[in-house]
Amino acid sequence: MAAAAATPARPTRRTGSAKRQQLIGKIVVNTVLALICLAWTIPTLGLLASSIRTRADIANSGWWTIFPHQQFVTTGTVDLPRETDLRQPITLPAELGGGTYTADQITAGVTIPDGRRITWENRRGRVVAIQGTQWGANTNFTLENYQNVLSGRKFTYIAADGSEKTEQGDDLWGALLNSIAVTVPATIIPILIAAFAAYGFAWMRFPGRFLLFTLVVALLVVPLQVALVPILRDYVNLDLNGTYMAVWLAHTGFGLPLAIYLLYNYVSQLPRDILESAFIDGASHFTIFTRLILPLSMPALASFAIFQFLWVWNDYLVAFIFIGNQPGVQVLTMRLVDMAGSRGQDWHVLTAGAFVTMIVPLIVFFSLQRFFVRGLLAGSVKG
Amino acid sequence: MQANAASISQELADAFDGKLKGTTVTMTGPFVEADEVKFNASVEEFETLTGIDIQYVGSKEFEASIKIQVDGGNPPDIVDFPQPGLLATFVAQDKVVDVSEVINADWLTENYNQSWIDIATMEGGSGPITAGVWNRVNGKSLVWYPKAAFDEAGYTVPETWDEMLALTEQIAADGDTAWCIGIESGAATGWAATDWMEDIMLRTTSLENYDKWVAGDLLFSSPEVKAAAEKMSEIWLNEEYVFGGRASIVTTSFGDSPTPMFDDPPGCYLHRQGNFITSFFPEGAVAGEDYDFFYLPPIDPAFGKPVLVAGDIYAMFNDRPETRAVLSYFSSAASVESWVRSGGAISPHNDSSLEWYSNDVDRKVADIILQADSVRFDASDLMPGAVGAGSFWKGMTDYVAGTVELDQALTEIDAAWPGR
Amino acid sequence: MQSTEVTPRRMAASSSETLNPGRLVVALLLFAVLMAFLWGGFVFLRDAQRNDSVPKLLLAVLAIVWGVAGAGGFFYTMNMVVEQLPGNARRLLTPFVFVGPAVLILLWFLALPTLRTLYLSFFDANSIEFVGLNNYVAVFTERTMLTAFRNNLLWMIFGTAGCVVAGLIVAVLADRSNFESLAKALVFLPMAISLVGAGVIWKFIYYYAAPGQTQIGLLNAVVTGFGGQPQAWTTLVQPWNNFFLILILVWLQTGFAMVIFSAAIKSISEDMLEAARVDGASEVGIFFKIMIPTIQGTILTTTTTILIFALKIFDVVLVMTGGQYGTNVIAVEFYRQLFTAGDNGRGSAIAIVLLLAVIPVMVYNLRQLNRQEVF
Repeated sequence: MAAAAATPARPTRRTGSAKRQQLIGKIVVNTVLALICLAWTIPTLGLLASSIRTRADIANSGWWTIFPHQQFVTTGTVDLPRETDLRQPITLPAELGGGTYTADQITAGVTIPDGRRITWENRRGRVVAIQGTQWGANTNFTLENYQNVLSGRKFTYIAADGSEKTEQGDDLWGALLNSIAVTVPATIIPILIAAFAAYGFAWMRFPGRFLLFTLVVALLVVPLQVALVPILRDYVNLDLNGTYMAVWLAHTGFGLPLAIYLLYNYVSQLPRDILESAFIDGASHFTIFTRLILPLSMPALASFAIFQFLWVWNDYLVAFIFIGNQPGVQVLTMRLVDMAGSRGQDWHVLTAGAFVTMIVPLIVFFSLQRFFVRGLLAGSVKG
Repeated sequence: MQANAASISQELADAFDGKLKGTTVTMTGPFVEADEVKFNASVEEFETLTGIDIQYVGSKEFEASIKIQVDGGNPPDIVDFPQPGLLATFVAQDKVVDVSEVINADWLTENYNQSWIDIATMEGGSGPITAGVWNRVNGKSLVWYPKAAFDEAGYTVPETWDEMLALTEQIAADGDTAWCIGIESGAATGWAATDWMEDIMLRTTSLENYDKWVAGDLLFSSPEVKAAAEKMSEIWLNEEYVFGGRASIVTTSFGDSPTPMFDDPPGCYLHRQGNFITSFFPEGAVAGEDYDFFYLPPIDPAFGKPVLVAGDIYAMFNDRPETRAVLSYFSSAASVESWVRSGGAISPHNDSSLEWYSNDVDRKVADIILQADSVRFDASDLMPGAVGAGSFWKGMTDYVAGTVELDQALTEIDAAWPGR
Repeated sequence: MQSTEVTPRRMAASSSETLNPGRLVVALLLFAVLMAFLWGGFVFLRDAQRNDSVPKLLLAVLAIVWGVAGAGGFFYTMNMVVEQLPGNARRLLTPFVFVGPAVLILLWFLALPTLRTLYLSFFDANSIEFVGLNNYVAVFTERTMLTAFRNNLLWMIFGTAGCVVAGLIVAVLADRSNFESLAKALVFLPMAISLVGAGVIWKFIYYYAAPGQTQIGLLNAVVTGFGGQPQAWTTLVQPWNNFFLILILVWLQTGFAMVIFSAAIKSISEDMLEAARVDGASEVGIFFKIMIPTIQGTILTTTTTILIFALKIFDVVLVMTGGQYGTNVIAVEFYRQLFTAGDNGRGSAIAIVLLLAVIPVMVYNLRQLNRQEVF
């Protein structure tokens, strides 16, 4: 009875067991989420751990060894007869349990009946090692990778006159600035244009609406490589080549299909009543767009801004083709790939490099988070 | 250098006279970072003397970007091609300037071994042209070994292929795996296997056959090529001979694969690779003490001791006086002297000097190349891209990984040849 | 009282049905000024960067100002012009003001190149000789392409399902949890890592070393820790290696789905949810009976986007396996044909086939569009 006449129930009216249920629910939610987050973060953790290790360490042991763990250490050795044929099964002496194993099995490590683990200490010398476990952690850390990435590496070379010279390679800062200069306009401009188009497709009737929207969705799938050669030709004719303008326009073009599609989805789901009341009040489409649609679409605009920013920030091919790779204009992605060396011999530098380039996008993500606020639509319907 | 500039080309002489001051020449190529520094150091003196600014831009996506740039009408002035096959595609489209119209033919014959000039001759739209000049080369028929441990174990450097097989067997009997092999290389996985194939082809069949193979007249499924693959498999597919076994070959990156050689005790004793591999060796490894190399032994004495090489050819896309001057400069050893001195480059120019090489390893390799009686270029770099950078790599990888049988792999490689 | 069917626009428009020349001229002048501004700004920005006469950051800021002011001004002045026109012209032209710029840009950057690609697909490798449908025949009969088709299907089904389901779960859980911002940031983090970094990260997970050697890949370390044999997960374990690659995609792209779903969930009115709770619905019930139906449109959009992305998948495969070991996908084959083999004809044909493959998805989306009532 009371429930029928009441306004939406408030939590305080719930019984004790419901409260407990709510608590259990909270715990379940938090735990499951925590597990998922852990699973998601482990790969990145591996990269972080590797970025503070030396090159030799990275190649020789797993990154998790930086944490305390049980590792095998040799506690004793036993010499087998020197003529032991490794191609035949080997019978171990009585002190090692007397079992028979192949040489490969011993390579992989064998647990003999009394629980000890044995493996080869020196295969050539036919020496078998007995191993015990011990807690250890490989804490040989270094900031060398970050130093190389942030301030460039020292290259030594010999000049034609025979003298030895050292040169400081390029650091990341210039490329960082370039990346920012390329990415921010290439994010904002497409969003603006797409917002207008999304509203047009969502709420206006005009001939060709169906056809044009088909075009937009279809273009989502075009691999952008097909556009590179024709666009480059056009740019050469317009003398745009090598400028940031070229990339801003290109990213606008490449990013529009997805932008329109996503924004269309959001805008088309806005309550019809709001728009109707605005029309009744005599607003034009343009006014509705600027005063109503844009503010209400902030979550969608913010979402897409994040994605477009990320895509342009991490892009390599478009920037390379339209800007080139000169030190003065190269962007972060190119710088990073170059740092791995002509043949990729210095790929361990990428571990630190990947983190450094990640910082700016994360800042953008966090700053745009505040647009995801509940209740944006609450109270916007008049009467 | 300035003295005989006129004998190379008129534009080069003009450059040294200062007539081309203030101009710019753009360049691109696949080398970056340390190599780029060495390149810039090498051309610095030229830039100061002539006032020409050489702007080099390197890229790891070289083969994709150069195609886009040429097709898009915006190629750089001079381009460094590590694959003549790729250059040949552009020559066929008449996009490349004929070097014989830029540099005096006499100078080219004087400064280069005839083989280099032959390989630089490619088919243009209206007849063969000289497509570019060779600036740096590297030798490939080399087997690296951990010298200290090798000597200590009492092994001797093999002089014939059979001796090398016996050595492999000996090492296996002693309890170790003899060879370190890795062919993983991202999108280019498999090129290391093609190098082995080419070296074995040179040693088991005539030079004419090798050339026919490169031109596409000798099929991959022919008995000669199949025999070479089987010879390679004697080592590669024997689980006892390769560190980590067959599965490791396709999963280990080519650069990481020689690392076990430097362990104590070494995980392997032999590694066949081009001389650039030294930049992947651990820092602090000393040439001549910790590691050394020997020439990959011949198989059939009838075919002598051939050397498989690769290199970088510089080609010109835009014809201007300053571009001509710079290209002419690249045809002389002075353009690469600093790089050679710093290590990591070997000059094919006859006017280079062996005393430039700072370490014995480089010098030995340079010597081998300059003294070789038969030199052949890496076949996969000469073949059309669809095969040389495509089906040949993939076919060999599939075969080694066990995805397909040898016959099917060879047939598939053939099928990708353009026009078949 | 007036019928609710009255179209509001007729009421508002009755005040200015006739053409007002004076204001039209003003509007056109403004438009001309704007065009001059756009062109001038364009030239200035282009040259300033060439001559390096303006510091980079300032240049970027100026570009933003130019772009935003230009685009905004363009729409504003165009709108002003159109509003001065008589009612019929206005009704017809206004939508094109909104949609026009986007369509024109798309035409230049994507549509025309696609037509060019279609044209090239009927020619041979060097685009000289007409070969009809030969390229297409090759696309549908070659072993590598058939493997690629199969693989793309796997990517589309499992990759999309993985991302959407995971994204939805995380979005909902995060909404109810105590550490929402942190959780969302952690799941989103992989998107911020460039592909170069992602390649290195997963190398450390899938790395294979022979039995007996130290495993530096996490998966093999866990497997050998439990006594198993190490496997070459992305290369030799065929065809399951595709799934290990798909896992990378799910790891990377779930953040995308999560962000979108999160925004959508936030727009569900809290009142509706509370009402349901009062009526005794469980949380799970609310999830399936209220939340999902309400954000249905968003789920469709996100699924479509990720589906198309899976169809186009390129970077992950190229970096991890180069398309070998039975992991080839259409976009990688396209890249190989176009750039490595230099075969314009074959590469173009593959691109067109990719476009055709998206048709079913488009048809479904368009049916949704048709149901939308507009003004």
